[in-house]
Amino acid sequence: MIEFHGVTKEFADGTLAVDDFDLVIPSRKTTVLVGSSGCGKTTLLRMINRMVDPTSGFVDIDGEDIAQLEPVKLRRRIGYVMQNSGLLPHRKVIDNVATVPLLEGVPKREAHARALELLDTVGLDRSLANRYPSQLSGGQQQRVGVARGLAVDPNILLMDEPFGAVDPIVRADLQQELIRLQQELGKTVVFVTHDIDEAFLLGDQVVILEIGAHIAQKGTPAEILANPANDFVANFIGSGRGKRRLTVDASVTSSGDDLVLVDGAGYAAGVVDAPRGVIARPDSGSKSRSISNKTDQAGDA
Amino acid sequence: MQWLWDNLDLVVGLSLEHIQLSALPIVIGFIACIPLGWVAHRFRLTRAIQLTLFGILFTIPSLALFVTLPSVLGTKILNPINVVVALAIYAVAIMVRGAADAFDAVPGDVTRSATAVGFSAVSRFWTVEFPLAGPVLLANLRVVSVTTVSLLSVGALVGNGGLGYLFINGYQRDFPTEVMIGIVFTLVIAIVFDQILVGLGRILMPWSRTMASADRAARRAGGSA
Repeated sequence: MIEFHGVTKEFADGTLAVDDFDLVIPSRKTTVLVGSSGCGKTTLLRMINRMVDPTSGFVDIDGEDIAQLEPVKLRRRIGYVMQNSGLLPHRKVIDNVATVPLLEGVPKREAHARALELLDTVGLDRSLANRYPSQLSGGQQQRVGVARGLAVDPNILLMDEPFGAVDPIVRADLQQELIRLQQELGKTVVFVTHDIDEAFLLGDQVVILEIGAHIAQKGTPAEILANPANDFVANFIGSGRGKRRLTVDASVTSSGDDLVLVDGAGYAAGVVDAPRGVIARPDSGSKSRSISNKTDQAGDA
Repeated sequence: MQWLWDNLDLVVGLSLEHIQLSALPIVIGFIACIPLGWVAHRFRLTRAIQLTLFGILFTIPSLALFVTLPSVLGTKILNPINVVVALAIYAVAIMVRGAADAFDAVPGDVTRSATAVGFSAVSRFWTVEFPLAGPVLLANLRVVSVTTVSLLSVGALVGNGGLGYLFINGYQRDFPTEVMIGIVFTLVIAIVFDQILVGLGRILMPWSRTMASADRAARRAGGSA
């Protein structure tokens, strides 16, 4: 569990990046910090591994004030994945994955054997192990970045817009991969993005931030969609523009048992299962991901 | 040609001296420019002053430096250390700016992520920043290498110029062949040094060629789009 207590960060140039921020990030769940650029979300993330130290307030990990910990040691037990992978361009893929174990003094053979397993874990072919990062595609590099983040089997994985620089198809792929990994591994993931669809897809807890890292709303994706706290949130998630309010368009007959859904502006946004013209109600408790996925894809197309 | 065979011992001896006296300042200059370049890269405020001061060093006439260094160092005028120190000063003057550029060229993303995964400042310098500055450092080192090999011949005026002796001697005896032989051997040494540096770069930085070809591919893709 990661806790922010009254955390404030004022940079040397006077920018108040984070203003009196409190948050509890539960263990073994994915928490997504989402907001526009400059809202302080990356600063918050970097406070967790002491890349940035708060001006006031403190951050706890499992009840321990991290200001008391040695930054280098702390960072080595926290996984970190960033945009553009941040891989070391002069080291082969396998050495990149094994970076932190090698720093920790794990024998090379052992570190390499584990790195190969991690390539399997993130869905990369072992034949890529001896290539250099520049010889890989953007999506592959990002997978290597994730493998490196997992190399010390950390409890916490910090992800700073990790899929921001890849094309939408690869991004969708990587998102599904992360969901699968998280089901298997159950890490405490803190994920930063400016993409609200990505936040809703990945987050167990979604925290929507305004400038100064003020929390506009936090909750599960369903809670936020059902009850946007204010106009800012409504606009940010798109319901203010009617993008998320879908209605059945009876004038269009689709094939089979689907009905076409249109958004507030009348644009086709997806379909819904409707056997014999009656909209199917999923069992309560299961996430209505099939609908939101379909709207996502319609939005991309 | 006959002159060369008759004086082969002399030419080989001078060549070896030339190699030794020019290799030393190249190595010393390279080692010295690394901390100096890093400081210029790291401290923006003093960077301009520092780089200008070191740049000015190169404007000191070489002969003046050769004859004043003995009084500064307390050495005899014919001591080869004078020439080595003078050429090392020129090497630093040329290379400090390049070294600063080399450290500037290391992507900020990479150093940040190295910090984020838990490199200490020292291990990050030696295993990330220094090797990634390598290609630009090498480019500068090649310039310094050629310059030093040719500049050394001026040292013949104070008795330590390697093959430069052939220039002075050939001029005094009005014997162009000797001068030509000196030029050819100096050129060969410069080329061999350069090839050694290129070879070392390939061995020590096998990744730099894959990066360069990836860059070219990206530019081609960008150009055709």
